[in-house]
Amino acid sequence: MRLLSAGGRGVSSWSQPAARRMRFARTVLVVLGLALLPFVLDALAGRAWVRIADVALIYAMLAIGLNLVVGFAGLLDLGYVAFFAVGAYAYGLLASPHFGVHVSFLVLLPLGAIAAALFGVLLGSPTLKLRGDYLAIVTLGFGEIIRIFLNNLNQPVNITNGPQGVTLIDPLSLAGFSFGKSHTVLGVTVAPVHAYFYLLVALVALSILVARRLQLSRIGRAWAAIREDETAARAMGIDTRNLKLLAFGLGASFGGVAGGLFAAVQGFVSPESFTLQESIMILCMVVLGGMGHVAGVVLGAIVLTALPEALRVVGPLQKAAFGHVWIDPADLRMMLFGLALVVMMRWRPAGMWPSPGLRSSAASGPAAAAAAVPLPGEAPQSLAPRARGGPDGAA
Amino acid sequence: MDIFIQQLVNGLVLGSIYALVALGYTMVYGILGLINFAHGDLVMVGALSGLALLKGALGAGLPLPIALGLAALGAVCLCGALGVLMERIAYRPLRRAPKLAPLITAIGVSILIEYGAAMIWSKQYLALPPVIQSTTWQVAGAAVTDLQVSIVLLALVLMAGLLWLIRATPLGVAMRATEQNAEVAGLMGIDTHRVIAITFLIGSALAALAGIMVLLYYGVAHYFMGFMLGLKAFTAAVLGGIGSVPGAMLGGLLLGLIESLASGYVGDLTGGVFGSNYRDVFAFIVLIVVLVLRPVGLLGTASGERA
Amino acid sequence: MKTPPLLPRFLGVGIALSAAIMVTGCSRESEKPAAAGPAERVVKIGLAAPLTGSEAHVGEDIRNGGQLAVDDINAAGVIVGGERLKIELVVEDDEANPTKAATVAQALVDRKVAGIVGHFNSGASIPASRIYAEAGVPQISPASTNPKYTEQGFKTTFRVVANDNQQGPTLARFALGKLEAKTVAVIDDSTAYGQGLADTFSAAVIAGGAKVVAREHTTDKDTDFKAILTSIKGRKPDVIMFGGIDPQAGPMVKQMVQLGIRARFLGGDGIQTPNFVKLAGEADAEGVYASMPGLPKAQMPGGQAFFDRFQTRFGKPVELFAPMAYDAVQVLVDAMKRAGSVDPAQFLGEVSKTQYSGVIGPIAFDEKGDLKDGPLTIYVVRAGQWEPVETIARSTAAAPEPAAAAAPAAPAAAAR
Repeated sequence: MRLLSAGGRGVSSWSQPAARRMRFARTVLVVLGLALLPFVLDALAGRAWVRIADVALIYAMLAIGLNLVVGFAGLLDLGYVAFFAVGAYAYGLLASPHFGVHVSFLVLLPLGAIAAALFGVLLGSPTLKLRGDYLAIVTLGFGEIIRIFLNNLNQPVNITNGPQGVTLIDPLSLAGFSFGKSHTVLGVTVAPVHAYFYLLVALVALSILVARRLQLSRIGRAWAAIREDETAARAMGIDTRNLKLLAFGLGASFGGVAGGLFAAVQGFVSPESFTLQESIMILCMVVLGGMGHVAGVVLGAIVLTALPEALRVVGPLQKAAFGHVWIDPADLRMMLFGLALVVMMRWRPAGMWPSPGLRSSAASGPAAAAAAVPLPGEAPQSLAPRARGGPDGAA
Repeated sequence: MDIFIQQLVNGLVLGSIYALVALGYTMVYGILGLINFAHGDLVMVGALSGLALLKGALGAGLPLPIALGLAALGAVCLCGALGVLMERIAYRPLRRAPKLAPLITAIGVSILIEYGAAMIWSKQYLALPPVIQSTTWQVAGAAVTDLQVSIVLLALVLMAGLLWLIRATPLGVAMRATEQNAEVAGLMGIDTHRVIAITFLIGSALAALAGIMVLLYYGVAHYFMGFMLGLKAFTAAVLGGIGSVPGAMLGGLLLGLIESLASGYVGDLTGGVFGSNYRDVFAFIVLIVVLVLRPVGLLGTASGERA
Repeated sequence: MKTPPLLPRFLGVGIALSAAIMVTGCSRESEKPAAAGPAERVVKIGLAAPLTGSEAHVGEDIRNGGQLAVDDINAAGVIVGGERLKIELVVEDDEANPTKAATVAQALVDRKVAGIVGHFNSGASIPASRIYAEAGVPQISPASTNPKYTEQGFKTTFRVVANDNQQGPTLARFALGKLEAKTVAVIDDSTAYGQGLADTFSAAVIAGGAKVVAREHTTDKDTDFKAILTSIKGRKPDVIMFGGIDPQAGPMVKQMVQLGIRARFLGGDGIQTPNFVKLAGEADAEGVYASMPGLPKAQMPGGQAFFDRFQTRFGKPVELFAPMAYDAVQVLVDAMKRAGSVDPAQFLGEVSKTQYSGVIGPIAFDEKGDLKDGPLTIYVVRAGQWEPVETIARSTAAAPEPAAAAAPAAPAAAAR
């Protein structure tokens, strides 16, 4: 795959070391590009876009985590933001003046991951028998329950500080280097948003690696089996119970880490950040990006974070074009965003960047859908076979 | 005791409102297996357009019953049209898409309707003019208004009507066939596209009626009101069993009663540790318990149901 | 399966609908270019508030208030450092979302705004304040009441709204004193504003020797309050206090009357709006009390005129925080005038020294950036209008100074 896309001129003529050099060159280019990106963005589009990139990377981690649950194991989760919240509050409460505790992030990020994983298993255990939309509503409820607790656990004992949230959360700092301050390195000013960008890129890269490894492992193949036909998977001797719990737990742990990073970048957490709409948006990133495909969901996260921000130009644009603001820019921006969702799903129902080999079968009719026997590693044809059999009830 | 009866009445009325929204929800849900996030927004359009029409009709000097009838009719037509349009443009092209694709489309449609409504009717909380004079009766120590009674009755009548439609008419047969297996239904000569469009039409008309009742009962309409209502209807529909009309009614009533009683009594039962702020927590816990015991909802059927 | 063709007809309605959308969209307010004068200096002021989502109505109100101030200043021809100011309001939607708020804050800083009016939600103001502080841009929130907002130690952080710790106790004193409440029920809407106000109110009520017989909660998205009201009915309180805003308070009062609860209803500045009266209905709103920081409108310089001009300019009455947003812009420009500079680094010091007489009353900041204890006025609904009852000078615990509140007593009596 990689050779083909890199070379273009007959693969066979490339010797093994040359291919390796090519790969190396590509890696160097990508790393260099990412290293320069925040400064390029800063210079060309403004620092806000560096921050948007940071936010997009946090969402990318969330999308990768949710993809483990929805894309790999086929479990529809509408309450994923709960794990994000657990991670964010774990970090916020233990690294802020709220309790007067300031634990290092080296402890807190793993702690957040573990706490979120525990919550994931907690959510998973009563829902093992549920499928499809019944599972969706229970996970949705779980997400709301967590948010309601965070919003109200300031009485009778103040734990979360309720709707007022936790302020003055410590920025990350490692060996005397604080991510919360601007530094000057070789005459270049590195602002907090830049520093966080590099850290987040590294962590997202790590997440991609882990998710890919998982997908290709025995566990990943077992998840795919469960996703395609749970009964058959069980008949084949797969321990569906434990594997589903593992999917919930592992998926949640990504959310926990992302939450910790979010708390550090924002310096503030409050229940408003963990609403149902956030869960829905993360799910949109996964589905729109290309469910089951790690690179696709990362793309989905980037597009869905950047798009609403890019659409902010509708106000100035109207003014430039007509000299007047005809349509309320805030409303127009939202409408265009909604329209974009509809149009994107219309033209790419399997997502913007689905797993290779899937697109043909997804686009064509029921016969193809029925014929396409899903292979492990492929994105799901349908999340679970259709509830009440749509026209392609053959699935 | 008076208080308890009043809480039951509160729960029953709130539950009927949820049921009104859930009835339309469950129909669309049943036939397409689609979580139609935009359904709540149709309720909103029903309420806002109904309010605008009511104000217009009253302004033109029409007597209240006629104005109200016109408003309801107008809202039903508008929502029906919107529902059919939505199905035709957004959902029909996705009939063969992976299952979660229409979910994202539904979210997009929901955003479109919300901000379309915001452009037409502004983002204010709009008040119903004080034209509805409701009568309050004292029943067994509880205050009951005529409006509350009519909401419960309307929900029951609509449920019965839908049941009749689905069980005893040719259209209903076609709907059930499409629901079970659209492809085979198509082979049997059923125009499944039309059946689905009609289902959307009926579901959307029901949403409009629900919107009118919400408007009359609470006296307020707002472009964002659909989200919460849609969410509650979704919960009620799943609680009762997806696609089941009596299930939606039962789920709605149950959800209303749970919320009411949780708000009213949990604070006392837990010595003030958990108060009415945990209302939704209790509602969801009941939902989880029900689904753990009956994974297809209260009145749902497991036959052919794999999702 | 013989049914008439539905689709064409409905398509027609759909087209009509989209035409309607376009027409309404086009009738939105347009911005008039200000008359150009010599030596003009364009200064950007950022305004951030939720313009979409369930709180958009408040956000638009803030935006309109800010816009009115900008129009006034541009028309007046304010001279700073020998140049005539032309203020440009840069409006951004923070969606009431903390993450978006931080992004928007950075975008406004990138566009070199001289000052910020915003945000609405405390949860948006707080993460944004850190970015404004780093950039040294003064931020005046017209609406965030969370005490923590100004407790972060930033020199750039101000607000022109009373914080919860200021309003709650005053309201409690009024309930215990004037209304002679012995038993109180308290409801909040589970937001930072509502809960903060309700908590400080409860604490002051208990300290004042009365009893809180019920402490209930709803959310800022609910419309059905029958369950909590029924529960409260059983406790027979003298007064029901609600910490929240008018979209909930209106239906709540209506349902309270329906259930036959006879208690007095009171709230904070969040319910002291014309829309509250509409939502509750004139008859049911009668006799509801609310507090509002500042002097009664009639006593404020330009007070009533502001409300009238707002109505004329935007075709709707002030919702809630437009006066605060208006004053926030004025305070920023006032500081620029005194410093003789539009550079935030130069005039930031002057913002904290503000002594301004605004639409909401006298404005001065304490060392944290909070509004110095000014007067607070209690209003009551009489015949569909909010009438001032008394004005309380807050810094002095006693000595309530009754304002000239000659409420028309006769129509009030007739209305009930």
